[in-house]
Amino acid sequence: MSNTQAMCTSFKGQLLTATHNFGTAPTRGTTAADTFKAALYLASATLNASTTAYSATGEVSGTGYTAGGITVTNGTAPTTSGTTAYWTPSASLVYTTVTLTTAFDTVLIYNSTQSNAAVGVFTFGSQTVTAGTFTLTMPSNAAGTALLNLA
Amino acid sequence: MLITTTKGIMDDSKLEKKEGSLDNDNEITTWVEYWLEGELVHRSVHVHLKKNVVAEGIQAMLA
Repeated sequence: MSNTQAMCTSFKGQLLTATHNFGTAPTRGTTAADTFKAALYLASATLNASTTAYSATGEVSGTGYTAGGITVTNGTAPTTSGTTAYWTPSASLVYTTVTLTTAFDTVLIYNSTQSNAAVGVFTFGSQTVTAGTFTLTMPSNAAGTALLNLA
Repeated sequence: MLITTTKGIMDDSKLEKKEGSLDNDNEITTWVEYWLEGELVHRSVHVHLKKNVVAEGIQAMLA
């Protein structure tokens, strides 16, 4: 079994019902952006487009890592260019002073405000970290390269 | 320079440093390791993602 990078199908549907809010939404109870989090998963996990929500199953564990992961910095509201809407976290994901000895290769970004609904599964080369820092830097925040593209 | 290790904070002069990198279509990754007498005591990794996920079919859904 392995992980597959994908935008979660459930998220696509939830976009149409405003489950997710990266910026401001006048039809919602609050105009504040939701809180998004980023959790790391073992290379042996099975996250993919069918993933609907955060789960601790297959999540990494180790010194310095808190289940559920870290909060994503969301300082830049989603925007559009041409026919593409896009959004990218406004800062790198940084897991500081962790020890993760079992190989991991996936980060799940999910909406902790909305029942931990899944947003996207992103894969990378398998890694371990020992008493160190794992930094995940995002692609450029532009149409075609942003982390989330609705083209 | 002081390094956080499995043995506590150590001066890097007492450690062997190893570095590596990977560049492919998906990512640019760099890592640094510090070893003490054959034992890995520190490993940090920086992954710079190149790729995103595209909501294929969204346009069709909204059309």
